[in-house]
Amino acid sequence: MAFIDYYKILGVSKNATEADIKKAYRKLARKYHPDLNPNDKVAEKKFKEINEANEVLSNTENRKKYDNYGEHWQHAEEYEKTKQQYQRQNSNQRASSQYSQADFSDFFENMFGGTSSRSRGSGQVRFRGQDFNAELQLDLKDVYATHKRTLTVNNKNIRITIPAGIENGQTIKIKGHGGPGVNGGPNGDLYIQFSIVNHSKFKRDKDNLYLTVDLDLYKALLGGELMVDTFDGKVKLNIKPETQNGTTVKLKGKGFPRYKKEGQYGDLYITFQIKLPENLTAQEKTHFQELQKLRK
Amino acid sequence: MDTTDLIPVQLLCERYDIPISFLDTLQEFQLVEIIDEDNSLYIHTKQIKKVEKMMRLHYDLEINFEGLDAIHNLLNQVESLKKEVKILRNKLRFYQDL
Repeated sequence: MAFIDYYKILGVSKNATEADIKKAYRKLARKYHPDLNPNDKVAEKKFKEINEANEVLSNTENRKKYDNYGEHWQHAEEYEKTKQQYQRQNSNQRASSQYSQADFSDFFENMFGGTSSRSRGSGQVRFRGQDFNAELQLDLKDVYATHKRTLTVNNKNIRITIPAGIENGQTIKIKGHGGPGVNGGPNGDLYIQFSIVNHSKFKRDKDNLYLTVDLDLYKALLGGELMVDTFDGKVKLNIKPETQNGTTVKLKGKGFPRYKKEGQYGDLYITFQIKLPENLTAQEKTHFQELQKLRK
Repeated sequence: MDTTDLIPVQLLCERYDIPISFLDTLQEFQLVEIIDEDNSLYIHTKQIKKVEKMMRLHYDLEINFEGLDAIHNLLNQVESLKKEVKILRNKLRFYQDL
């Protein structure tokens, strides 16, 4: 457990006045407050550090203790125990604000014991718990159908339903699975952001799918039937005679499921890429030359 | 609107230990909507999270109401820009994979 330089965190000198500390804290808190930096983990971490530094330095007793022991804070507890035998310790019972509970470093917990924080009013204010953010990586095929999945968040197993058609980067809210409320307040919410990885040969744009299919020259010229893959199986396509390279056909309702619209699907767009025959035999060449002459 | 989702403003202020004038001012700035039903004031439960956020910013960071209004608008803009970035990233990924 490393020593934390609270003065450095707040950017103030060791002989800073209470007003200097308050000013520095306010300035940094406004910059890194989680409400002003939603979903920014770096800002959240920084805010916790600032909060912790302020908890120590803005409280005369805590600051004195911190200044006295400094880097030798590990001996503080031992000293305090001896001291307690001679004098009564005054305990300060305070209410906690949303970002104070369980937000202190091990260093803080060891030196000052449990958490404490100042708040307005009587100390019985109820606060919602902190919202938690998590990321879940899924394969594209995993989100083709609605399914249930068990996640472990803060050592708790949560079974959630992942609706079909969820988008890459989309966030869903699981109500009440965030941090515990303070003073009987409601729990925070859990926000899960989905990262969808596509390992399939289909390209996805919202609920439409795109696929490029090879088409041999003869089928392109004369027409015929072709089996093509869809996301959940195969379909037989009728190829029109004289189909040009790059022609796109739409297979209605064969795309990706529409998010939270059960039974509705986007479309599948198939683009034909005509494959020319290779390694022609002498006989084939002759036939092609004859065809060429017919065209002239 | 379903009335079971409404909380009396009086109760909310008691629980949070805030003056009613705080919510009145938030309403003046159109930051929250207060509903007048049968001469009693209510707030929709969906807005509680917003009220808590405004409380933290106002009381903990000493941001005045003009500041709250500006922050609210800027955060909305950030949110919509984030959504746009998400859509554009997905589109970019689509074309990069082609």
